[in-house]
Amino acid sequence: MKFVEEYRDGAACRALAAAIRRKVTRPWSLMEVCGGQTHAIVRFGLDELLPREVGLIHGPGCPVCVTPVALIDQALAIAARPGVVFCSFGDMLRVPGSTEDLLSVKSRGADVRAVYSPLDALALARELPGREVVFFAVGFETTAPANALAVAQARREGLRNFSVLVSQVRVPPALEAILASPRRRVDALLAAGHVCSVMGTAEYLPLAARHRIPIVVTAFEPVDLLQGILLAVSQLEEGRAEVENQYARLVKAEGNRPAQRLMAEVFEVVDRTWRGIGSIPASGFGLREAYADFDAGRRFGVAALGGAESPDCQSGLVLQGLLKPMQCPAFGGACTPDHPLGATMVSGEGACAAYYRYRRFEPAETP
Amino acid sequence: MCLGVPGQILAVEASPLRMGRVAFGATVKEVSLACVPEAGPGAWVVVHAGVALECLDEAEARWMLESLAHLADGRVGEEG
Repeated sequence: MKFVEEYRDGAACRALAAAIRRKVTRPWSLMEVCGGQTHAIVRFGLDELLPREVGLIHGPGCPVCVTPVALIDQALAIAARPGVVFCSFGDMLRVPGSTEDLLSVKSRGADVRAVYSPLDALALARELPGREVVFFAVGFETTAPANALAVAQARREGLRNFSVLVSQVRVPPALEAILASPRRRVDALLAAGHVCSVMGTAEYLPLAARHRIPIVVTAFEPVDLLQGILLAVSQLEEGRAEVENQYARLVKAEGNRPAQRLMAEVFEVVDRTWRGIGSIPASGFGLREAYADFDAGRRFGVAALGGAESPDCQSGLVLQGLLKPMQCPAFGGACTPDHPLGATMVSGEGACAAYYRYRRFEPAETP
Repeated sequence: MCLGVPGQILAVEASPLRMGRVAFGATVKEVSLACVPEAGPGAWVVVHAGVALECLDEAEARWMLESLAHLADGRVGEEG
């Protein structure tokens, strides 16, 4: 058992696609929530295996894509400070703020570094006691335990030269906003497997009940995604609206309790602005007052001011599943991975970047 | 961003971060096992951003794959 190859088996994929074809009797729109799922669907061409009746809509689950311009501008201002070592996950480095990105600041001499984990930034703070090490703590619930762990450990060690710029977002409030929209076109959701491995499935029960929508917690390999789609289509055809767990090999109903305790110790629920979507109540985490010493915004006296999105970027509609990437007039022309107008073209998990990389230029159908 | 990679624990050290060595195929990395306090050497975990998120359940994984093999063989009906 290696937990990867087995879930890429072609025969199993074909059998699942055939089962979906036998099951479906009418058109349905399914939204995969996570950008990792979007990437796998486009990379493996899974949407092309599906019957015409089953349409996939790409959801908002790319934390890099939804980090607001104002926070990126705040990151740029902190990174440019003398003595700062600004650490970030690699895919944040090229996300455009109002006027530039972190790589541009680095090219002018700022010490900006891509790290794999917030624990790597913590190690840098230990190694460089004379420097201020700042970590750009971006992510969904999946990343919150790692960010919380780094902050809690910094306090335990008394590391006074470590701080975080937090842009943590929560999935369920964003789904609530999408499902409550009068423009809603989603019939079922494939929930993000790794988010649920941390948080469990309880948060999704009221969403499924209130909006009469099937929600299937789904993993990321081709077999997983097709099985998640089969479970969702079966629910729709049978008139059910339940929370099901396709990723039972990892996700427990109660989630990961130690991770949740760690997050609750360091973070509290706050309102957050989502790039391209707007402010969503209770849709993120911020540092608790007890950890305010580790807030990079406070430490450097840099506030998040209103930053402006490129007027040609339609990523907000893409993130809400209202527009396919190639339906944007800028896609592949004014906006490419080398010259992105918006974050969905930068991140490997952004729908626009996935469509560009796998050459989905033809607007074959409306979403 | 929420990429999680399955790996197998080789060794665990007793420290506040509960760091351990985890093998991802031929690559071995230092990972915090603080969120999977029950997991020891030999266990499979999914790792994200340097932290193990949860343990993989081999019995569940096998059960799912076997049920899919039946689907591919046509031994199971349309319900899958």
